[in-house]
Amino acid sequence: MKIAEIACLLQAQILCGQDAMDMELETAFGSDMMSDVLAFSTERSLLLTGLLNPQVVRTAEMLDICCIVFLCGKTPGEFIVELAEEKGIALLLTKHGMFSACGILHANGLLEGANLE
Amino acid sequence: MNEILKLHYVVDGNNFSLAGQAASDVKKMLKTLGMAPDVIRRVSIAMYEGEMNMVIHADGGEIDVDVTPKAVVMRLADRGPGIADIDLVMQEGYSTAPDDIRALGFGAGMGLPNMKKYSNDLKIESQLGIGTTITMRVDINSRG
Ligand SMILES: Nc1ncnc2c1ncn2[C@@H]1O[C@H](COP(=O)(O)OP(=O)(O)OP(=O)(O)O)[C@@H](O)[C@H]1O
Ligand SMILES: [Mg+2]
Repeated sequence: MKIAEIACLLQAQILCGQDAMDMELETAFGSDMMSDVLAFSTERSLLLTGLLNPQVVRTAEMLDICCIVFLCGKTPGEFIVELAEEKGIALLLTKHGMFSACGILHANGLLEGANLE
Repeated sequence: MNEILKLHYVVDGNNFSLAGQAASDVKKMLKTLGMAPDVIRRVSIAMYEGEMNMVIHADGGEIDVDVTPKAVVMRLADRGPGIADIDLVMQEGYSTAPDDIRALGFGAGMGLPNMKKYSNDLKIESQLGIGTTITMRVDINSRG
């Protein structure tokens, strides 16, 4: 699914990464614990989180995650957006909470992005 | 030892926002060297977790990274409180992180288990009241 389509399904605002909108993603991982993301997320997944701090972007960077969705309409500060821009990571902002955002994307074909043994 | 690259970082223990910069820089350097994506990924995650632990639990420290033709070796040394029971801290889910750190998305007790999982070798040397040195090796030609 293209990032543009994800943004559309979640009625999300694109905070940065306009030029990544054609990128195709197949999986997503939702979590507010960065160590869980580092432990379980597959690379190149979409990351959905309710957390707002620069370490969300750094965690994404370590995993080659190219798009982060911020939930519940919580808007990240300038430093976070600048860091994401610098790392080439697209940021989306949706009013949906974790449950409905994941539900919508799952119903539309995105798969679980966790490496679970 | 036929070193390709040696890197050194000082990690500021008082700046949560900047934490992870060293891991980010190492990732960039390994990419420039054309290293395999799987190796880069394992080094990045292991080092980022170690760097975050330094900031969260030990008030910062210093990191040395040696890249040889065979492996990437990371040495993370701090002068924090030390670790009393190494078997205990290696357990998934064990964490002493305070609430303000949990609110930032850390403190799942997954960092050290991750570091073990993504490296080929992890060694912890620690003395209470003196500090902790963690050495991790990621082999270039084998999977961890
Ligand atoms: N450098 C260190 N100095 C002193 N204690 C440490 C150090 N690193 C880890 N610890 C101790 O080991 C515990 C477990 O570390 P670990 O990285 O596995 O989990 P965490 O940092 O608490 O949470 P997470 O990594 O999931 O965000 C920590 O809560 C802390 O008590
Ligand atoms: Mg940790």
